[in-house]
Amino acid sequence: MFRDIFYTIIGFLRTLGAFQLFSLRILANSPSIFVRRFSLVVKQVFNAGAMSLVIIMVSAFFVGGVLGLQGYSNLSKFNAEDSVGAFAAFSLLKELGPVITALLFAGRAGTALSSEIGLMKATDQLSAMEMMATDPLRRVLVPRFLGGVISMPLLVAIFNVIGLFGAHVVAVGLLGVDTGAFWQQMQATLTLPDVYEGILKSVVFGFVASLLAVWEGYNAVPTAEGVGKATTRTVVITAIAVLILDFMITAAML
Amino acid sequence: MRSATGQQLHATSTEWPPIAALSTCMDQQTDNVIEIRDLDYSRGQRQIFKGLNIDIPRGKVTAVMGPSGTGKTTLLRLITRQIRPHRGTIKINGIDIAMLSQKEMFRMRRRFGMLFQNGALLTDFSVFENVAFPLREHTRLPNRLVRHIVLTKLHAVGLRGAADMMPSELSGGMARRVALARAMVMDPEILIYDEPFVGLDPISMGVIVRLVRKMNDALGISSILVSHDVQEIATVSDQSFLISDGKVAASGSPDELSETPSDLVRQFMHGMADGPVAFHFSAPDYAEQLLGRDSE
Repeated sequence: MFRDIFYTIIGFLRTLGAFQLFSLRILANSPSIFVRRFSLVVKQVFNAGAMSLVIIMVSAFFVGGVLGLQGYSNLSKFNAEDSVGAFAAFSLLKELGPVITALLFAGRAGTALSSEIGLMKATDQLSAMEMMATDPLRRVLVPRFLGGVISMPLLVAIFNVIGLFGAHVVAVGLLGVDTGAFWQQMQATLTLPDVYEGILKSVVFGFVASLLAVWEGYNAVPTAEGVGKATTRTVVITAIAVLILDFMITAAML
Repeated sequence: MRSATGQQLHATSTEWPPIAALSTCMDQQTDNVIEIRDLDYSRGQRQIFKGLNIDIPRGKVTAVMGPSGTGKTTLLRLITRQIRPHRGTIKINGIDIAMLSQKEMFRMRRRFGMLFQNGALLTDFSVFENVAFPLREHTRLPNRLVRHIVLTKLHAVGLRGAADMMPSELSGGMARRVALARAMVMDPEILIYDEPFVGLDPISMGVIVRLVRKMNDALGISSILVSHDVQEIATVSDQSFLISDGKVAASGSPDELSETPSDLVRQFMHGMADGPVAFHFSAPDYAEQLLGRDSE
């Protein structure tokens, strides 16, 4: 039993070390790829970002709508329903926007990245690139990583805007909150550090979600089952990492 | 695509600075393009190669044969340093590839062309872009010239008309021919074929056999062919190595191999079901197992 625990720990440390080396290689190659192969990065911003827009916008609208409903329902007990705009903005910009976008990103773009890279590995496309003297890490992984890192803050911004629109539609349009009070309360209470916190989270989550997706795809066992497992792991590990990091950043920014 | 002066396309590359020492060694012409000495390689507990020695002659079609699981594809991966041996040396044009840095190895690989078993075409690129890929990655040739080279290579494999198709629209034989066009687009010095005949209909197989021979003779390259299709290898190869139990069991021309008295060679060359390579995988006694006594 102790032997199993020992080998499990050794295996975990080995994976952790390999992940760190992989991260360093990705980061070391990112600047040159960003400058010299910008077209590849733009294509990946489209794949990871633009292709995720529908799910992000639909989710944002309904999350905002729920915030409008919940906020009105609870705040009206204290005759503070005018603050529903501030409530929705705080929730979206600081927490729900970055976190839900990251979780949706992991489900939509992260899985697409992992499975695409895993399948390229399983069908020898990455080996073929190596044999054509092209480093797959630079040609395939780094552009996809950068595409995810750039996409996430943009998606979070769009999520926040649509979310606030959803909250406004429900609170002002359906529940009769005064539109002036809705925006004025938001403007009066929301400060720039609150916005910065959301931006910081979106950048960190984009970095982590993209890195984990390309790592899992690149290290997938090159079989149908292996690619499937790697895709699942991408969602699970990204979700856990995002939630832990969210707590840590929130605690640090208080 | 060799020019009149014999300069190859990779000379136009500007991505890496020239490595003088490497280039000097690469240009030294020895009789053998690849020399493998005392090669050991294991996967897990299983030893794939035990002191393997092989010389691949320059300018010839050399076949590496052997029963399934003997490590033929592994040997190709070792030669191209996709994996590293546990012991022994692999020299290409006299250079020990274990001594090369990753950049130097990538530079060395520009002199290789490799045809993978399944073609390994890039699925999100068209046939044309697949063949153009190495040119776009390693040269700064104008689009017109890239187009000219790609169409020439596709014409050589008979698929100029499929230039705009996607890999998913190709048959297995067509995909392998496109992969062959891609493998030779940089005018390699060494062309490696991993099981090029597997899963092909007789017509496609005949086309590939003819192309392997034609490319080797017309371009003056060295070809290494890994396969277990004895008939096709007999047609196309100049020299063959039969690998078994981690070593070379026999070598020579296909005719010489057929005449070899070894039971193993005879079993392989004549496709006999049983012999030194047993039909049955190692198992407990059949009767004992049926009676359920094997677990006692």
